[in-house]
Amino acid sequence: MSESFIHLNEVRKVYRTRGEEFLAVSDVTMDIDVGELVSLVGPSGCGKTTVLKILAGLHPHDGGTVRIGAGEHDFDPSRDVGMVFQASLLLKWRRIIDNVLLPAELLGLPKKESLDRARDLLHMVGLDGFEDKYPYELSGGMQQRAAIARSLVHDPKLILMDEPFGALDALTREKMNLELLRIWSESKKTIIFVTHSIPEAVLLGSRCAVLTAGPARMADHFTIDLPYPRNLDMKTHERFGVYTRRIYKLLEME
Amino acid sequence: MKQKTDYLRRTLPAVAVHAAVVLAWYLWVELGDVPQYVMPSPLDTVMSIFEEYNWLHNTLVTAGEVFFGYLLAVVVGVGMALAFSWWRMLSDTFMPLVVSLNMIPKVALGPLFIVWFSYGFFPNVIIAFSICFLPILLTTARGMSEVEPELIDLVRALRGTKWQIFTKIQLPGSLPYIFSGMKVAVVLAVAGAIVGEFIASEEGLGYLMLQVQVTLDTAAMFMAVLLITLVGVALYGLVLLLERIFVVGDSRLEAGA
Ligand SMILES: Nc1ncnc2c1ncn2[C@@H]1O[C@H](COP(=O)(O)OP(=O)(O)OP(=O)(O)O)[C@@H](O)[C@H]1O
Ligand SMILES: [Mg+2]
Repeated sequence: MSESFIHLNEVRKVYRTRGEEFLAVSDVTMDIDVGELVSLVGPSGCGKTTVLKILAGLHPHDGGTVRIGAGEHDFDPSRDVGMVFQASLLLKWRRIIDNVLLPAELLGLPKKESLDRARDLLHMVGLDGFEDKYPYELSGGMQQRAAIARSLVHDPKLILMDEPFGALDALTREKMNLELLRIWSESKKTIIFVTHSIPEAVLLGSRCAVLTAGPARMADHFTIDLPYPRNLDMKTHERFGVYTRRIYKLLEME
Repeated sequence: MKQKTDYLRRTLPAVAVHAAVVLAWYLWVELGDVPQYVMPSPLDTVMSIFEEYNWLHNTLVTAGEVFFGYLLAVVVGVGMALAFSWWRMLSDTFMPLVVSLNMIPKVALGPLFIVWFSYGFFPNVIIAFSICFLPILLTTARGMSEVEPELIDLVRALRGTKWQIFTKIQLPGSLPYIFSGMKVAVVLAVAGAIVGEFIASEEGLGYLMLQVQVTLDTAAMFMAVLLITLVGVALYGLVLLLERIFVVGDSRLEAGA
């Protein structure tokens, strides 16, 4: 078996604020292959965002191993990360197209190519014709699509999503789930997707990692063996229920 | 077409109420037989522009003091707010001081400035500056602190520099705040320049007011007040214009926000 794209082994993270130490992540171990969509579930405050920040290189970790990139899939931490958060965080004063271009600007990528790519991405996320609108002219779901396009514009190898659909209404959220599955299959990116919703985790993930509360510890880590392309009907699938129950049980919510 | 009628509907009452005030003023003076040295008529006021008071020069002097004091305040206010946002230490140390200083009625410092800087154009610029830079600093600092931390994460994940964070996110993000501070500051800058001219000066509209006060040329005093107001209005208009250009409609703040 070849080396995995992301390798986390016994990762620890201690926050130090005003002399106090707080163990946020105690032991996270997982391997992720290129092109996987890993859903990361766990109760609030268990350290999911912290894990993403470590992967993004925003926080140093205090123990264990973090390795990203292997063999032909090399990884440049300064340009291979795309991020999407719960709030779209679009810049109010920029048109949608210029919002999408932000990462390309930060990295100093060639303008012409970036612009073409940003247009293609807006097409891919279904925002044709909205290039010149301002964020306030878009609905919440559309803003989130723009944020997804922005996370892809510099062609990063790893997309980190922190509850990207957490602020959307249930209907829009399901629609965005399907959209994300399509975008993922078209872009072939490795995605780590943090969510509070267990059905969402099962519907989306090719793999699922479950963290338990404070400090974050890897409770389970398994492949979700449901066929792609997935659709909402699968939620009634027997195996779907098996997976969700497995997660509920781990989080002691049964 | 609809837009035009909307515009008319909004501006017409404003124009009407101003005209009504001028008319009431006119009628009161004419019919009430008020002596001119107490209350000149609107016409007397306008006619005073033809008297030999060097109106143009004095207006330009005041406008210059206001403008340069104001410009300096914008540059220093925004610059300091930036420094505060970059160095937490600086902000923790000096922000309380700034808040205290803001409580001083700056006009009361006028005589001191005259002692320190002598009198004339430059000290008046300084007084205008000192009176209007704190609101700009405070609103800008607030705007800069209001950047979502996750947005900073997004930039830092791509190893964006502090300078990039400033130019691409902090500065444009705080523009609505900067402009709201700048709008408040306009009136203050004008007041500062006039106070300076009142205290000690040889030119400017404030100086002129004191001169004509001696001869009880009230019409000229009215004219001076009118011109001072127009200086402020012109600057305010300029600020509004810049705001229109630089701030997307949705995110404009009311003055003082
Ligand atoms: N910068 C920080 N300094 C100190 N403690 C922190 C910091 N960031 C997070 N924590 C703490 O670490 C723990 C994990 O936080 P984290 O944000 O990773 O949780 P989370 O799983 O993302 O929660 P949620 O689902 O609510 O977003 C929390 O108890 C939090 O209080
Ligand atoms: Mg979180």
